[in-house]
Amino acid sequence: MAASTGILPLDLRDLRFAMGGRAIIDGVSVLIEAGPATIILGANGAGKSVLMRLMHGLLRPTSGQIAWQSRDAERVRRGQAMVFQRPVLLRRSALANIMYALELARVPAAERERQAMDALREVGLVDVANRPARVLSGGEQQRLALARAWALHPEVLFLDEPTANLDPGATREIENVIKAFDASGTKIVMSTHNLGQARRLGDEVLFIHQGRLAERAPVDKFFRQPASAEAAAFLKGELPWD
Amino acid sequence: MSTLGEIVALSLAVSLSAVALASLLGLPLGAAIAVGRFRGRRSIIVLLNALMGLPPVVVGLLVYLLLSRAGPLGSFGLLFTPPAMVIAQTFLVLPIIAALCRQSVEDAWVEYEEQLRSLGADGLRAALTLVWDIRFSLVTAVLAGLGRALAEVGAVIIVGGNIDGVTRVMTTTIALETSKGDLPLALSLGFVLIALVILLNAAAQLIKEAAQRRYG
Repeated sequence: MAASTGILPLDLRDLRFAMGGRAIIDGVSVLIEAGPATIILGANGAGKSVLMRLMHGLLRPTSGQIAWQSRDAERVRRGQAMVFQRPVLLRRSALANIMYALELARVPAAERERQAMDALREVGLVDVANRPARVLSGGEQQRLALARAWALHPEVLFLDEPTANLDPGATREIENVIKAFDASGTKIVMSTHNLGQARRLGDEVLFIHQGRLAERAPVDKFFRQPASAEAAAFLKGELPWD
Repeated sequence: MSTLGEIVALSLAVSLSAVALASLLGLPLGAAIAVGRFRGRRSIIVLLNALMGLPPVVVGLLVYLLLSRAGPLGSFGLLFTPPAMVIAQTFLVLPIIAALCRQSVEDAWVEYEEQLRSLGADGLRAALTLVWDIRFSLVTAVLAGLGRALAEVGAVIIVGGNIDGVTRVMTTTIALETSKGDLPLALSLGFVLIALVILLNAAAQLIKEAAQRRYG
């Protein structure tokens, strides 16, 4: 994807988000550029999910700016997709779930089924195309959510702890799909609790502590030698469960 | 004099028609209120919930005034006909179906909102998607409406007039036979009515369960 025609970079300037008087995101400024897979790390309640929802446009910031390179709001919206911790699938077949997303993206009716099948093939779910989405296993449901995102060909894919509820086997399958996204040129922005996963999939880490960006570093440097005291403490506390 | 079969058939025809009409209007209305963000929304929800308890006789009276010879719709000559009964019961049942649908859709919206907004489904589109997706739960709202319609006597007796062979339904017959002192007939009709309501609910429940097993 050529840089000049894309919606990236995404420029966050002094972003704040407060709820009930409590600052959840407290002055984050960061430039998200095309290319490296970005992992958002931080303790529970640090503000990782809220930060991604602000980027994706699901939440409005209390103050600060969220500026995409493209000013075309419709293009910016279509250039992104998000996969949530718990996949929300409609009570219809796996195939129909993807076709629904394509319909909303104004893909011509004649194209939808073929594109949806291509996406199912990408995540290895062609066999269950006609099964109701809600009776699939947890791992299959999350892969279907990824296929739905795949079909939309987003420039940026946000993933909010996509494997938090899954067993190791299903987690590996999800990671493979995320790698395929990365290889296809989609910008990955993912939050995770799984440090091994951060290392396997990430190129750079944004470490969030109490609503602030405490550290931004390449993955290997972050794990080898965190610059901030907060990140060092976080890694110390988390590593035994890695 | 109308036979028992005719009375039961008319009861079913009137109430099922009213519930079908009320569902057609009430389900989208309830969903739109659930998903919409507009001024006066809370007042409308309170009003809608309150209207679930509309007294049938009052609805009957209002529809009577609408349809009577001197009323705004008097020229259609609908008063004391089955269509008048359908209209009255539709008004009676509409708030029940809309209010229960509003609640169900709102609960589902909590789960679906972020995903649907992420995919670009806005207000009306999101509302219709939700209604279709929770269609099995909405069966309960429709059944509540049907129970109300089949059980009420106040509205149909005012706008229908309980005319033998024309607008006599089960509840109006029970009221009439009771006042005439034929308690055994009234009581047996009552049992038929209850059995019918149980039967309809059982059928709906079976369909709902089968569908839920199929679609999750």
